[in-house]
Amino acid sequence: MEQKLSDSTIATYRFPDRKYTFCPGCSHSLVLDHLNAALVKMQLDPRQVVIVTDIGCVGMSDQFFDVNAFHGLHGRAVTYASGIKLANPDLKVIVLMGDGGVGIGGHHVLNAARRNIGITVLVFNNFNFGMTGGEHSVTTPHGARTTTTRGGNLERPLDVCATVAVNGASYVFRGTAFDKELPERIAEAIQTPGFALLDIWELCTAYYVPGNDFSRAALMQTMQGLNFPAGVLQKVDSPELANAYRETITNRQSPISAAHHIAQKYDSALTKTTRVILAGAAGGKVRSTASALAVGGMMSGLWATQRDDYPVSVMSGYSVSEVILSRDEILYMGIDKPDILAVLTPEGSSQVPRQLRAMDEAQTVYVVPDLAQHVQTRARKIVFNFGRAAPSKKSLALTATAAIVQHANLYPLAAFREAISAGQRAEIAQENLKAVEASEGIL
Amino acid sequence: MREFIDGAEAIVRGALKSGCNFFAGYPITPATPILLKMLRELPRVGGVGIQGEDEIASIGMCIGAAMTGMKTMTATSGPGISLYSENIGMAIMGEVPLVVVDVMRLGPATGGATTVSQGDVQFLRWVTSGGFPIITLCPSSLADCYTLTQRAFNLAEEFRAPVFIATDKEMIIAQQSVETDAFEDLEIVNRARASTDSAFVPHHAKKLADVPAFAPIGGAQLTRLTTSMHDEHGMLTKKPSNVNRTSRHLYQKIEAHRDELEFVKLDAQEGARTLVVAYGISARSAIEAVQLARAAGKRVSMLTIQSLWPLPEQSLRAALRGNVVAPVEPGEESRSFVSRVGPPSITRVIVPELNFGQYRLEIERVALLFDSRLEVIGVNRVDGELIEPEEISQLVI
Ligand SMILES: Cc1ncc(C[n+]2csc(CCOP(=O)(O)OP(=O)(O)O)c2C)c(N)n1
Ligand code: SF4
Ligand SMILES: [Mg+2]
Repeated sequence: MEQKLSDSTIATYRFPDRKYTFCPGCSHSLVLDHLNAALVKMQLDPRQVVIVTDIGCVGMSDQFFDVNAFHGLHGRAVTYASGIKLANPDLKVIVLMGDGGVGIGGHHVLNAARRNIGITVLVFNNFNFGMTGGEHSVTTPHGARTTTTRGGNLERPLDVCATVAVNGASYVFRGTAFDKELPERIAEAIQTPGFALLDIWELCTAYYVPGNDFSRAALMQTMQGLNFPAGVLQKVDSPELANAYRETITNRQSPISAAHHIAQKYDSALTKTTRVILAGAAGGKVRSTASALAVGGMMSGLWATQRDDYPVSVMSGYSVSEVILSRDEILYMGIDKPDILAVLTPEGSSQVPRQLRAMDEAQTVYVVPDLAQHVQTRARKIVFNFGRAAPSKKSLALTATAAIVQHANLYPLAAFREAISAGQRAEIAQENLKAVEASEGIL
Repeated sequence: MREFIDGAEAIVRGALKSGCNFFAGYPITPATPILLKMLRELPRVGGVGIQGEDEIASIGMCIGAAMTGMKTMTATSGPGISLYSENIGMAIMGEVPLVVVDVMRLGPATGGATTVSQGDVQFLRWVTSGGFPIITLCPSSLADCYTLTQRAFNLAEEFRAPVFIATDKEMIIAQQSVETDAFEDLEIVNRARASTDSAFVPHHAKKLADVPAFAPIGGAQLTRLTTSMHDEHGMLTKKPSNVNRTSRHLYQKIEAHRDELEFVKLDAQEGARTLVVAYGISARSAIEAVQLARAAGKRVSMLTIQSLWPLPEQSLRAALRGNVVAPVEPGEESRSFVSRVGPPSITRVIVPELNFGQYRLEIERVALLFDSRLEVIGVNRVDGELIEPEEISQLVI
């Protein structure tokens, strides 16, 4: 792999001593000659060119070219090509894949077109899997005989061009391996900033040709029969993804998100590790309240952990948060027997029967009046006394937790106040503080 | 400085500190927080972060980007690892540096998305076809999340291979107070670059166990890689001598360096009859169990494993022997073991894990070859709950 000098003309991008290994008459050789002609025409620096091949007979193609080469998994060539292009948008990335690869990796082809990422895809479309023995592919015409459709194909062939065209490809061409214009079209495609695809119809002389009495003339007849148009089918100028992304990089230079230091300002009288569970409902600020409970503890010199549990549908159902406060670093984060359990709503209540059973006289359950009868436990039961104005759904967890912080003497209420307002928008902080004030006298 | 963060944040900080500049991933609980943070941070530091159309595309993009010289990472959970499988093989075959985070969830298939588990331990070991070695690290603290991520990048670069970080839902999304100032930074290792003086041979390894020098796609030299069996030029081959050499090279470049790949913490107590061997989230329960047992007057040793694969056999035997790991000087690479006690005192080994005993199988193999009278006991939970320290401490003798 000698380095080419860019100031002298490059006569070929192929290794002179590496002959094609395809079957006699296989169109893959023709298309690769056209690709070489296109590269010669463009005189690209080989170091700026990458050929990414898929699997199949076509997958051997990169080995004939003296440029950067990447031979990847079946159907996935477009993904590697996309990664290369995103990493280095200046490169010319050329994918060579078969109709088999388009089948198994169709999702990637479709999405590359949709993203308009600037890679060029050459589909070596010979209507069957050459390498594995002539099985049918997604482009096998209706009625065609292959080793897996012996009685004639019952399925309809995929229109690769129409699919990528309708999904945003910048350049789309359909032709055959025998087209004289191919080098020019391939060059045009490589020069297109966005996604370009050429669907090149071919002869597989080992399987599809003998199996279907197929020929060069039959290629065109099949195309016409299917009403699949040939030539340049789409040419649009729309923003290319890798370059568009690169612009967002340079436009947004700013430091990494800063660390969020929680300094100790208060003192907690807590001596023993205290495990707290808040059992409430979605939309009740249970998680943010738990977070404030933990952060308030940290502001008071404690260590803290928080685990949240909620259904996949985050906006409905239960919301249960566990907080551990300790003088020492916390390793085991589970809570089998909480020291404090706040039962706030029926949804929350339904999630904690196991914990209620495990608790005994040394622990405390705080419960809202409506659920007081409902809660069966040996633990000390304390019912919130809301008076006439029970807290709203949104402030219940905050009000109840503020009351518990004081009642259980976890740490100064000022720390909790500070924790619930830190980093919040003014009106939210105001709302939160009001909820805390409402905790006065409820326990 | 005390902060309230989760493992996702610690991993992301570790990755960025390592110079990670490419991330592609597909959303899946509980790995999504890593994707979100990486996609937010990378454009700010000149990197690229993208959501792929699926997991196969995501890891494929990482592999492509890695070959242009980028330091890449992806993160997923069990179902995504299934889809990564073939491309993990591609990365092994093509000698592609890549860090893959597996945030384990419980059960086969979609399993329990938000349920803690350590069920992928053997899956990661045999994640792809062919039976080749793979490096897997496993954090049990936020400090580990940070430092082992750097370690993972260093190893991926040094060995030009995919490296897993096996973790779980609790490590990634539970918030913990932590002294972030105390996080340890490693010296950053970057893959050895090929000299531009001589002709470049992409997979040239002087000795079987050597790692080939790297030349990026788009650099001064032409390079090539392939998913297929190849010779040192990256050209397809079936010649038995070439095939043998490539197979053995891919095997030896990890296996011959096993000493450098053992990362453990041994807390040995003289005269202990019980040794607890644990990793990841279960190691936290185990450490508390050891504290409980010691508080009750028992003698017990604890081996926390940070490098699940290759199995740290030497450390394990040292722990069974009742030896103590000599303190490792900063920057010192290999670790030695100094014998402290007379005859081995360990008679019981406890292996707590959130699966049916996948790692116990390995411990048993090493322990029983060491002394066939040893008793190896598993503490296993598959109900989505963490192992309670008492479940372990009650087995300490
Ligand atoms: C995941 C996977 N499945 C199956 C195969 C086997 N395989 C090898 S080549 C091929 C089909 C190739 O057909 P095509 O893409 O049309 O290329 P051609 O051989 O016709 O050039 C298949 C299925 C594989 N390599 N990988
Ligand atoms: S099997 Fe078909 S595609 Fe493969 S080389 Fe032979 S003719 Fe070409
Ligand atoms: Mg084909």
